[in-house]
Amino acid sequence: MALAADPAEVVIAVRDLRAQFGAAVILDHLDLEVRRGEVVALVGGSGSGKTTLLRAIIMLLRPAAGSIQLFGQEILGIGESAAFRLRSRFGMLFQQGALFSSLTVRDNVAVPLREHTRLPARYIAEIADLKIALAGLPADAGDKWPRELSGGMLKRAALARALALDPALLFLDEPTAGLDPVSAGAFDELVVQLKESLGLTVVMVTHDLDSLWRVTDRVAFLGEKRVVGYAPMPELIAHEHPLIRAYFEGPRARAAREQACRAK
Amino acid sequence: MTANAILVPETDPAVIHRDQGRYCCAGRWTLDGGIETLDAQRQGVNWGSGALQLDGSGIRAIDTTGALQLLNLIAALERDGRRVQLTGLRAEHQALLDLVRERRATAGEARPAPPAWNGLERLGRWFSRHLSHGIEFLAFIGEAATALGRLALHPGRFRWRALLGNIETAGVHALPIIALLSFMIGVVIAYQGGQQLKIYGANIFIVELVALTLLRELAPLITAIIVAGRTGSSYTAQIGTMRITEEVDALHTIGIRPMDLLVLPKLLALIIVLPLLTVFADLFSVFGGMVVARAFLEVSFTDFLDRFAQVVTLTSFLLGVGKAPVFAAIIALVGCYQGFRVRGGADSVGRHTTISVVQAIFLVIAANALFSVILGGVGLWR
Repeated sequence: MALAADPAEVVIAVRDLRAQFGAAVILDHLDLEVRRGEVVALVGGSGSGKTTLLRAIIMLLRPAAGSIQLFGQEILGIGESAAFRLRSRFGMLFQQGALFSSLTVRDNVAVPLREHTRLPARYIAEIADLKIALAGLPADAGDKWPRELSGGMLKRAALARALALDPALLFLDEPTAGLDPVSAGAFDELVVQLKESLGLTVVMVTHDLDSLWRVTDRVAFLGEKRVVGYAPMPELIAHEHPLIRAYFEGPRARAAREQACRAK
Repeated sequence: MTANAILVPETDPAVIHRDQGRYCCAGRWTLDGGIETLDAQRQGVNWGSGALQLDGSGIRAIDTTGALQLLNLIAALERDGRRVQLTGLRAEHQALLDLVRERRATAGEARPAPPAWNGLERLGRWFSRHLSHGIEFLAFIGEAATALGRLALHPGRFRWRALLGNIETAGVHALPIIALLSFMIGVVIAYQGGQQLKIYGANIFIVELVALTLLRELAPLITAIIVAGRTGSSYTAQIGTMRITEEVDALHTIGIRPMDLLVLPKLLALIIVLPLLTVFADLFSVFGGMVVARAFLEVSFTDFLDRFAQVVTLTSFLLGVGKAPVFAAIIALVGCYQGFRVRGGADSVGRHTTISVVQAIFLVIAANALFSVILGGVGLWR
């Protein structure tokens, strides 16, 4: 498991977590640690609880037992106002974007700024435009409605909203799912670039093997209701756990690996 | 917004100050560092004129918002004809500043709002929009009629299961609310009318009052309004959501006409169900009248029913129930049509559901008025 790290450098610490829906236990005795500045991916087969874990960390789902610390603060049983303040410190990109359909892209990005700060409206619009540009959208995107955006642009607009409050921590739920290879590659680049220039810590759920090779520092493999392997990609694919072997030994996984090796 | 909803500025807020001829930026230039005060701070500093050096070495932390504010500060100073040199910034802060400067160059700005329309133009646009909606609605009715025609030619293709499901949700499930509300309407009508009749000692005429108003007018109308709110709105929301999730398109590609699957069963179910619900409402509203008549007007159930049989003709009953299928067609067609007009997202579903209920109730009341005029014209109104 994770090496012992300086406590100040641990952004997310999940310990002995259990999550269940009714009688169905999704996660049990799960441990995970994410350090500052890391890009960590959660992978695993469908139904292995990746999204459940992510939703538990971002306080959308109440776990049955265990402990989750964000920035050193325990979130199980956290008070309403402390949770509100904590929410301003991370951004979340939902799988379908989850942009508010009644607002333009600019107003979507402005929503967190309006809720969490007291900045004047003119200034909020300026910050929103900057975030839209940071997400790599063209200049006219701010006035568009979510329904007018293509899949790739939608993800970028949602990323701009996730970045609105300059969070230190960014969560991505299948950021490249449904994108064409070129858009997916460009999105990966964007994540790397933003991580480096803004000093972000990134946690992503993904099935995209190319993303795993290109973007991540460490990959946590979920199976048997817990993390069965947590290592950088080159080490993880050598892992002897049968689930991990099965996952990375398909022809698609091999092709992605070969491409990653060629790129290096 | 409560006080704790605001990011509490941590200690060490962003500041600009002049120190022995040097201009210094210091503190946390971040969203929670009080950067909104920097505009005011800039105006409080004597910047002199000509070239000046801005020392950024005191900046402890900076984020994109702070970088934006720093660039704005420099731009504001340069606008006044000074030359600004920024020095001492840490390498990683400089990198962020460069990124923001570069990206801001490509950032868009809010388009100016289009000029407001004057009154006449607004009236014209309003009229042409509603005219085209009216024409589209007529086209939709036409499509539904051709679908009905196809159904008559191939009755084997009809989707009975969908029809029965709609009859259950629109009809059976509506029985309790219809019973309760029509009973209360009957009570109110009998009570209000009875107070007047009592003055003249004409208590027994409560039967005519209750029977004719309720059977001919109120029961069909109340039932139609309840169904428009209950069922018409659900038709719009269901079809609208199916449009957004592309289920309607999926039906097309599979070769199922949405008209056949989504509209006809609903239309026919409502045409069957609404007259039955109206009869049900007749029963309960007259019963409400009977209860009041006995309690306040000394007209027993037996007296009431005896007179009811004498004064209420079959025509009165049929006139009320006969309007129901027309109301049903209006509600179902408006509900489905508005559902198909949904575009985009969740807000559109909400908007069209509202429009659907308002239009359906409006058209039902208008049709009711039309019935009165026509039936009066042919002499049935007596």
